[in-house]
Amino acid sequence: MDIKDIIKPENKVYGKTPVLTDNVMHYCPGCSHGVVHKIIAEVIEEMGIQDKTIGISPVGCSVFAYNYLDIDWQQAAHGRAPALATATKRLYPDKYVFTYQGDGDLASIGTAEIMHACNRGENIVVIFINNAIYGMTGGQMAPTTLLGMKTATTPYGRDAKLNGFPLKITELIAQLEGTCYVTRQSVHTAAAVKKAKAAIRKAFENSAKDKGTSFVEIVSTCNSGWKLSPVKANEWMVEHMFPFYQLGDLKDR
Amino acid sequence: MAEKILMKGNEAIAYSAIRNGVDGYFGYPITPQSEVMETLMAEKPWETTGMVVLQAESETASINMVYGGACCGKKVMTSSSSPGISLMCEGLSYMAGAELPCLVVNVVRGGPGLGTIQPGQGDYYQIVKGGGHGDYRCVVLSPASAQDMYDFVDKAFDLAFKYRCPAVILADGVIGQMMEKVEIHETKPRRTDEEIIRTCPWATTGKKADRPRNIITSLALESDVQEATNLRLQAKYRKMEQEDVLYSTYMTEDAEYLFVAYGCMSRIVETTVDMLRENGIKAGLLRPITLFPFPTKQIQALVPQIKSAMSIELSAGQMVDDVRLAVNGAVPVGFYGRLGGNICTPQEIFDAFKKFNNLQ
Amino acid sequence: MAIKGAIVVDTEKCKGCGLCVAACPTKTIALAKKVNGKGYNYAEMANDGCIGCASCALVCPDAVITVYKVKI
Repeated sequence: MDIKDIIKPENKVYGKTPVLTDNVMHYCPGCSHGVVHKIIAEVIEEMGIQDKTIGISPVGCSVFAYNYLDIDWQQAAHGRAPALATATKRLYPDKYVFTYQGDGDLASIGTAEIMHACNRGENIVVIFINNAIYGMTGGQMAPTTLLGMKTATTPYGRDAKLNGFPLKITELIAQLEGTCYVTRQSVHTAAAVKKAKAAIRKAFENSAKDKGTSFVEIVSTCNSGWKLSPVKANEWMVEHMFPFYQLGDLKDR
Repeated sequence: MAEKILMKGNEAIAYSAIRNGVDGYFGYPITPQSEVMETLMAEKPWETTGMVVLQAESETASINMVYGGACCGKKVMTSSSSPGISLMCEGLSYMAGAELPCLVVNVVRGGPGLGTIQPGQGDYYQIVKGGGHGDYRCVVLSPASAQDMYDFVDKAFDLAFKYRCPAVILADGVIGQMMEKVEIHETKPRRTDEEIIRTCPWATTGKKADRPRNIITSLALESDVQEATNLRLQAKYRKMEQEDVLYSTYMTEDAEYLFVAYGCMSRIVETTVDMLRENGIKAGLLRPITLFPFPTKQIQALVPQIKSAMSIELSAGQMVDDVRLAVNGAVPVGFYGRLGGNICTPQEIFDAFKKFNNLQ
Repeated sequence: MAIKGAIVVDTEKCKGCGLCVAACPTKTIALAKKVNGKGYNYAEMANDGCIGCASCALVCPDAVITVYKVKI
């Protein structure tokens, strides 16, 4: 069979969702952000909620997320997205409101805001990208940086005495009465992408059911910050990140 | 006949918010303004008007909840006092940059640092000149009574939405805590979501098929884009100076000596003006009601008739800078103020006036 | 019944990260020797082994792969 006979509209099984814009993403080649953007956009398309979804982007690499998803966006100050989301969801209870935050944004400068939004049980979705490094500012230590991991501000490796311990904030979040669904996923394989997408869909569905906060951590790569190729970064993540940040549901009620 | 109720200035803010169609209040307790949220919580407006009231985990969260609500085109507000306002300056700068309307009430106490819970006017520079980073201004209204506190909530939102910028009611501990009769006007309903979509087409109300997505951001990495934003903001500020200066005068028609005072001090200075007049000295008072835009031209108009001007403040001298700029060296400009929560008496001001003007 | 697939890569938007190459179960995708306008060695079908499983497209961060599949 000739390839021209296969490439026909009626045979299309997968393509870019129209909820993603045609803008070329500014992310480095192989960055996990792009995959997560894509599956959020697919969930929004499949649920038919493009006109009801408000995204809140953080400070960090994904500050420009508003260029890539064709929905209304608010761009928050560093760490404050959960506060914006709180007000937005309370003022528009019928909307789907999600924050998209990196580890520095959510687990360092914004710790108070995420803890209290989750503890109040705001009916929002939190997408937490944990790549254990500050990407946009040039690869400095994040709260989730692993012990021994080299970054621009831990050039000899993260030392607990000097830098404290990596923060398992998702485990803390899972303890809070206000959260209904807390899960840790990844997007390094096709199977993982499907699971992560199902988790994000469940989180969005929860937010319409007045069940509390849904929190989806995506253990991600920052190949530029880690100074590895995209493929090697995935391998490093499986070998080093997954034993510490174990994948799976921490809470589902 | 309108209803009159005895209440604190802080309570007036809360009652006015409920009756003027405010959609959301987000705050954090701090003396001397805690009655604002306490009153709102006691009134439970979510059961009547549908207004959202939430006690946040910090002033930082409060102002960012206001930011989120403002992105939605809603009428949202917070209140705090000086140390809390310092924390909110980040959010004020973001909202100025993102061109969002909101109301922040600052019931000023003495500083710096944790300072005192007694009244002060030492936040003038912070609120009128900036506070947060970058070139921005807020509309700043200065109430001098509990009635002003009530009336300025609606006024502040009108200006905030007219210019898509944050508005601040810069009160002080005296005005916040003082009990006075307040006339309650007819109520204004909250806007419907359809009205918000129509009047705030920029707001994040959910992207409908008939419009491009709305993005609220203060980020512009390209210099020309950022500069265009800056110039747009500056044009707004110049328009405010043309159209929305508010002030009042007391005995300035034939005044040879001018006082300038705002907030609680404007009321005290009125008494000093009376005392001076009884002594045959033609003094008068100009009270700026908007501290930004400042009544520069109105002060300038009085310059030909006056021998001196004097700014009276509960600070070490902050608004006096703007008085000097208005007078521009034409006549001497003096200052008198008290600090630490102490309040100038009419006699103190009388004595300071005589000393400054070398009068017996 | 054999399944036959094909992909179309938006080569100008592809950044040549190679995640699709690693994800492809049939080793059908490879990075081209040529580069696109941005200088990236873009992904392309290197042989006719595609089964239309969409693994490549699922892991693609830039959503540049469209997948087609027919049952023969």
